[in-house]
Amino acid sequence: MAREPHSETRPGGISTRVMEITVALVFLALGSLVVYDSLRLGMRWVGDGPQAGYFPFYIGLIICIASLVTLAQALFGRIARQDTTFVTWIPLRRVLSVLIPAGLFVLGVELIGIYVSAALYIAAFMIWLGGYKWPKSLAVGLSVSVTMFLMFEMWFKVPLYKGAYNPLSLIGF
Amino acid sequence: MEEINALFHGFSVALTPFNLLLMFIGVTLGIIIGVLPGLGGANGIAILLPLTFSMPPTSAIIMLSCIYWGALFGGAITSVLFNIPGEPWSVATTFDGYPMAQQGRAGEALTAAFTSSFIGALFAVILITFLAPLVADFALEFGPPEFFSVFFLTFCSFIGMGKEPPFKILAAMMLGFALAAVGIDTVTGQLRLIFGWHELMRGFDFLIAVIGLFGIGEILLSMEEGLSFSGRTARINPRIVMETWAKLPRYWITSLRSCVIGCWLGITPGGATPASFMSYGVAKRMSRDGAKFGTGQIEGVVAPETAAHAAGTSALLPMISLGVPGSPTAAVLLGGLLIWGLQPGPLLFVEQKDFVWGLIASMYLGNIAGLIMVLTCVPLFAAILRIPFSIIAPIIIVICAVGAYTVHNAMLDIWLMLVFGVAGYAFKKLNYPLAPLVLALVLGDQAESAFRQSMLISQGSLGIFFSNWLVGSIMALGIVMLFWPLITRYIARLRAARAAQPAAGR
Repeated sequence: MAREPHSETRPGGISTRVMEITVALVFLALGSLVVYDSLRLGMRWVGDGPQAGYFPFYIGLIICIASLVTLAQALFGRIARQDTTFVTWIPLRRVLSVLIPAGLFVLGVELIGIYVSAALYIAAFMIWLGGYKWPKSLAVGLSVSVTMFLMFEMWFKVPLYKGAYNPLSLIGF
Repeated sequence: MEEINALFHGFSVALTPFNLLLMFIGVTLGIIIGVLPGLGGANGIAILLPLTFSMPPTSAIIMLSCIYWGALFGGAITSVLFNIPGEPWSVATTFDGYPMAQQGRAGEALTAAFTSSFIGALFAVILITFLAPLVADFALEFGPPEFFSVFFLTFCSFIGMGKEPPFKILAAMMLGFALAAVGIDTVTGQLRLIFGWHELMRGFDFLIAVIGLFGIGEILLSMEEGLSFSGRTARINPRIVMETWAKLPRYWITSLRSCVIGCWLGITPGGATPASFMSYGVAKRMSRDGAKFGTGQIEGVVAPETAAHAAGTSALLPMISLGVPGSPTAAVLLGGLLIWGLQPGPLLFVEQKDFVWGLIASMYLGNIAGLIMVLTCVPLFAAILRIPFSIIAPIIIVICAVGAYTVHNAMLDIWLMLVFGVAGYAFKKLNYPLAPLVLALVLGDQAESAFRQSMLISQGSLGIFFSNWLVGSIMALGIVMLFWPLITRYIARLRAARAAQPAAGR
C-alpha cells in the first residue's frame, strides 16, 4: 500500500478512514433496503394517489446518494490522504468494558427481569471496573433496585419487565 | 392587550400548589440531569415522559419543560467547575468559565452564567408570548403544501447551518425519515420496511432513539475519554451574587446581541449549541477586551450562556405555534403532546388555551425557580459529580433501559436502545449530526402525509409548492438553505480569486 508511511505515524487503533467507509457502507445498505422494499410496495402514481412506497423510495435513494458521496470522500478525498485514528486500543477497551456488560445486562433483563438484573449489573460493574469491595457494591446495587421497585411497582403503578424466568415470583411478585 | 390577559390567565393555571411543586421537582431533576454525563435535556425528558401519562397534560408539560430549564442551567455548573461541559451547548462556557474558577472566581463565573441564562431565557419567553400567537394565527390558514414547505425549510436549515459535512447531515436526516416510515403506512394501511419482522410493526419510536443516541452514546464517549472529575469548589454567597450583579449591566450590549443570536438560531433549527459558539465568537470580535477572551473574562461567560438559553427556549416557539420543533428536546416535548392526546400545531392556541398559556406562564416561573435553585444549591449539585464514574455509569444505563422499556412495555426496545447507543457513539465521532435524525424521525409521518396530501391536491405536480407567494417563498428559502454550503464556497472562491488578482501583478 502506497499510504503505509502515513498509517505508521498514527498510534495503533482503528483508523477513522476504515470507520468512515464502514459507516458509509452501512448507510448504503440501509438505503438500498429502503429502495428495495419501496419498489416492492410500488412507488408509482395510481388512480387514487401515490402508492405506499412513493415517499420512502426517494428517501432511500437520497440515503444511497449521500452515502456514496461520503464513501467516495473517504476513499479518494482529504480523509484518505490524512487519516487519523478513530479510537486507540486502550480507550476502545474502556468503551467495550461498558458496552459488553451493558449487553449482558440487557440479556439479563430478558431472562431474569429488570430489578434483579440491575442490582447484579451495578454491583458487578463496581467490583470489576471500580475496584470496590463487594459489600458496598452489593449495597448500592440493591438500594437502586429496591428504590426502582418501590417507585414503579408501588408509586407509579407502572410494572416493569420481570423476565422470562421471574425470580421475584419466589417472593410473591 | 389580548396576550397580556391570556398570560395572566396562564399564571392562574400554573400557580396552583401542585404545579408549583412539580415545577421545583422538575427544575431539580433537570439540574441533576444537566450535571450528569450521559443524561441531558432530550433523553432525560424522554425517560421521564412515560411517568407523566397519567397526569393532566398541563401539569405534565410544566414539569417536563422545567426539567428542560433545569438541564440548561445544570450544564453551566460542570463547565465552570470541572471544565467538562455537561451539555453540548455549554462547551463555549468552559472557555472563560473554567479559567475564572481556576483564579478562585468560580462564584462570580457561576453567578454570571446563571444570571445571563435567565436573561436569555426571559428574552425568548417574552418573544414567545407575543410572537407565538401571531404565528399560530397566521398558520391557521396553512394547507398541506404550506406545512410541507415549513418542514422542508426546517430540514434544509440543518444542511445550511450545520457545521457537519452536508452529505452526512443529509444521510443522517434521511435515515430518520426512513426509520419513521417503518411500520403501518397511515394512508394505505400497508406494512412498510419490516421485512416480515412483525415486532417492528409499531415502527421505531423516537423516544427510544433519543435515549439510545444521546444517553448510551454519551456514556460510551465519556468512558472513552476516561473522565476523571477533578473540580474546583464553589462558594456562592449573597455578597458575591450582588457584586457580580453590579458588574453585569456593563455588558448589556453583549447580552442583547446574544439574545438576538440565540432566538434566531433557536427558532430556525440551528439550536443552542451553534448559538452559544456563534455568540461567543461575535462577542470576542466586538468586545474591547476581545484579545483577553479565554483567560477568564466575565463577558466570555455571559455571551454563550445568554445565547444558549435564548436558543433553547425559543426552540419551543415553532413547536407550540406550528407543531415543528426547533431542537431534539422540543421534539420530545412535542411527542409528549401527541401522547397526552393534544394535536400540536396552530389550533392549540384556539382549542387548548389553558394548556398553551399555562405552559408559557410556567416558562417565566420555571426560570425564576431555576435561578433560585442554582444560586442556592450549587455545592450540592457539584457534589453529584464527585460520585465516581464507575457507580454513575451503570446506574445511568439502568435508568436508560427502564426509560426505554416504559415507552411501550416492550423488551425489544431495550435492545434497540443499545443499538442506537452504538450508532450514536460512531455518529458523534464521525461527525454525523444527531439532531436532524431525531427531528426527521419525529416529523417523518407528518411530513410525508403533508407531501402526499399536497400531491393529491395537485394530482402529482410539484408545481403546487410554488403555487402562491407564501408557499413559494418558504420553499425558495428552503432551497437557498439547502445549497447554502455550495453558495458560501462559491463566494469564498470568488473573493479569493479577487484577492489573488492584484497580488499576481495584473
